[in-house]
Amino acid sequence: MIRAASKAGLSAMLVVPLTGCGGNWQSALDVYGSAAISLKHLIILIVAVCSVVWMLVMIALIAALWRNRDARSSSPEPGRERRMTMAVIGAVVATVLIISTFTVMSFIATRALTVASQDDLTVRVRGLQWWWGLEYVGPDPSHRFETANEIHIPVGRNVRLQLEGLDVIHSFWVPSLAGKQDLVPGRPNELTIRVERAGVYRGQCAEFCGMQHAHMALLVIAEPQEDFDKWATAQRQVATPPTDEEAAAGLRTFLTKPCAACHTVRGTAAAGTTGPDLTHVGSRRTIASGMFETTRGSLAAWIADPQTIKPGNNMPLVPLTPDELRAVSAYLASLK
Amino acid sequence: MAGVLIGLAAALAGCQREERQLRLDPPVADALDKIALMPNRIGGAPPEVYFKLGKPYEANAYNLSQGKRLYTWFGCKSCHGDGQGGSGPAFLDGWWYYGPELVSIFASIRDGRPHGMPMFGDKMTTDQIWQLAGYVQTIGSYEGQTAAPSRNDEKQARPAENRAPAKLLFDEGPSPVHLDQGPTP
Ligand code: HEC
Ligand code: HEC
Ligand SMILES: [Cu+2]
Repeated sequence: MIRAASKAGLSAMLVVPLTGCGGNWQSALDVYGSAAISLKHLIILIVAVCSVVWMLVMIALIAALWRNRDARSSSPEPGRERRMTMAVIGAVVATVLIISTFTVMSFIATRALTVASQDDLTVRVRGLQWWWGLEYVGPDPSHRFETANEIHIPVGRNVRLQLEGLDVIHSFWVPSLAGKQDLVPGRPNELTIRVERAGVYRGQCAEFCGMQHAHMALLVIAEPQEDFDKWATAQRQVATPPTDEEAAAGLRTFLTKPCAACHTVRGTAAAGTTGPDLTHVGSRRTIASGMFETTRGSLAAWIADPQTIKPGNNMPLVPLTPDELRAVSAYLASLK
Repeated sequence: MAGVLIGLAAALAGCQREERQLRLDPPVADALDKIALMPNRIGGAPPEVYFKLGKPYEANAYNLSQGKRLYTWFGCKSCHGDGQGGSGPAFLDGWWYYGPELVSIFASIRDGRPHGMPMFGDKMTTDQIWQLAGYVQTIGSYEGQTAAPSRNDEKQARPAENRAPAKLLFDEGPSPVHLDQGPTP
């Protein structure tokens, strides 16, 4: 009875950590970025070698405990001393060899994380409490644009991310694509990612940064070069002017309320930089760093009461009338 | 035994954390906006609800820290520097053209002042204006207080707010340049 119960308990304990391995939404074992692939190979190699070593050590230990001490001490074998010395030297040499191999392998793997050629696409990633500001900088200054929380990149190209924290330390981590890299105020860091398969990869801030740290997610969307170019061209455009009366009223509300002091909508007078660029907010999949899918309803819910949805975040509750709220959310949803 | 209990009680008291008011109900925000100003818009009284809430914008460190962030975010530095002043007056010297009360500072920010202070009432929420006013008052505070905003991340160009009383730095100060500015402090 007790044995059955403890068996069940043990298997439950094994299953719980294993469930963490399933699914490819955000996993360092399900890899599609070149950096993450080499890191995964490194992890597997190290775990495999260490398991073998651990097993050998255990076998040696058990064997030592097993041997009959008395028999040994009464009749000392000739040459035993020498054999023991050889065994110890062998173990030391093996240890040195294994550790130096690990060192070289991890050096090679980490070096692969930072190589970047000259014509790479560069994205400045800024970490803020609690969202990600993105600035695409091309060789041509007219090609630069701002967006937030959603990084689009072309498949099969190196993309250089310049990381910097603007308030506290954050950490950029998209487990399927690359290792972690911190965003430190006043000290720019770099990370190069290269994705081999089109898809959507989730990432998260990996350095505790305050109240809403858990709600500071981002998406990396890898797509074929043509799709990426189409996306970038669209993002570079200024916001589409409102076409219907409701959206026009929404724009007026946006400009006369505090919204415009914190948010930029390119092509209008709104030029604040405290919050995310909203020029094409309707084209992004999520709002508020992965809290909601972007729909008109979720935009309205967010604007109506950001402090209940994400307590402590830096967007205040701006009192609006129901009509203003309806108009503003219609306008923002139309910003594709 | 009693000693242990007292120790335990003291330890538990440490769990008590300062309340953070993250979300101001719109009716409360409305009420907080209704300050009573003197006719010359200098001095006056905050609304009743301000005292009912326990003077949250002077005694609460979270609000003061938020005010400090707003000070940078809304560009006050471009005219008032880090408190030393620039094209706008200094806050560090303890001289207030429009009086040292919190309501006067609130009114200066919300409605602007005639000689070059822009109004921020349409750019910020009532909650934020109060937070900012509370913070601005600490820059030139007359005495040290228990609540203080967080430390600077950048190099500190002046004494820490609310800790070293700015009084130490008070000088003769400017006399009002314009007739409609308030009494000298
Ligand atoms: C004091 C500055 C401030 C004001 C005023 C402000 N916002 Fe924000 N807003 C922010 C910040 C900061 C965020 C990011 C919050 C987060 O994700 O943690 C944000 C996020 C948003 C988002 C989600 C964007 C995204 O891509 O995640 C929308 C939409 C938005 N704000 C609309 C508005 C509207 C409409 C108003 C006016 C009623 C407004 N904001 C007023 C600072 C502000
Ligand atoms: C464009 C420049 C400018 C900006 C930006 C500005 N101020 Fe001022 N401010 C002034 C000037 C000029 C005065 C003096 C006005 C007068 O004497 O009538 C002033 C006066 C004040 C006063 C009254 C000082 C007193 O002695 O009574 C306060 C308080 C104040 N500003 C706070 C702020 C805050 C907070 C901000 C940021 C939200 C800010 N100001 C942004 C220019 C500016
Ligand atoms: Cu974080």
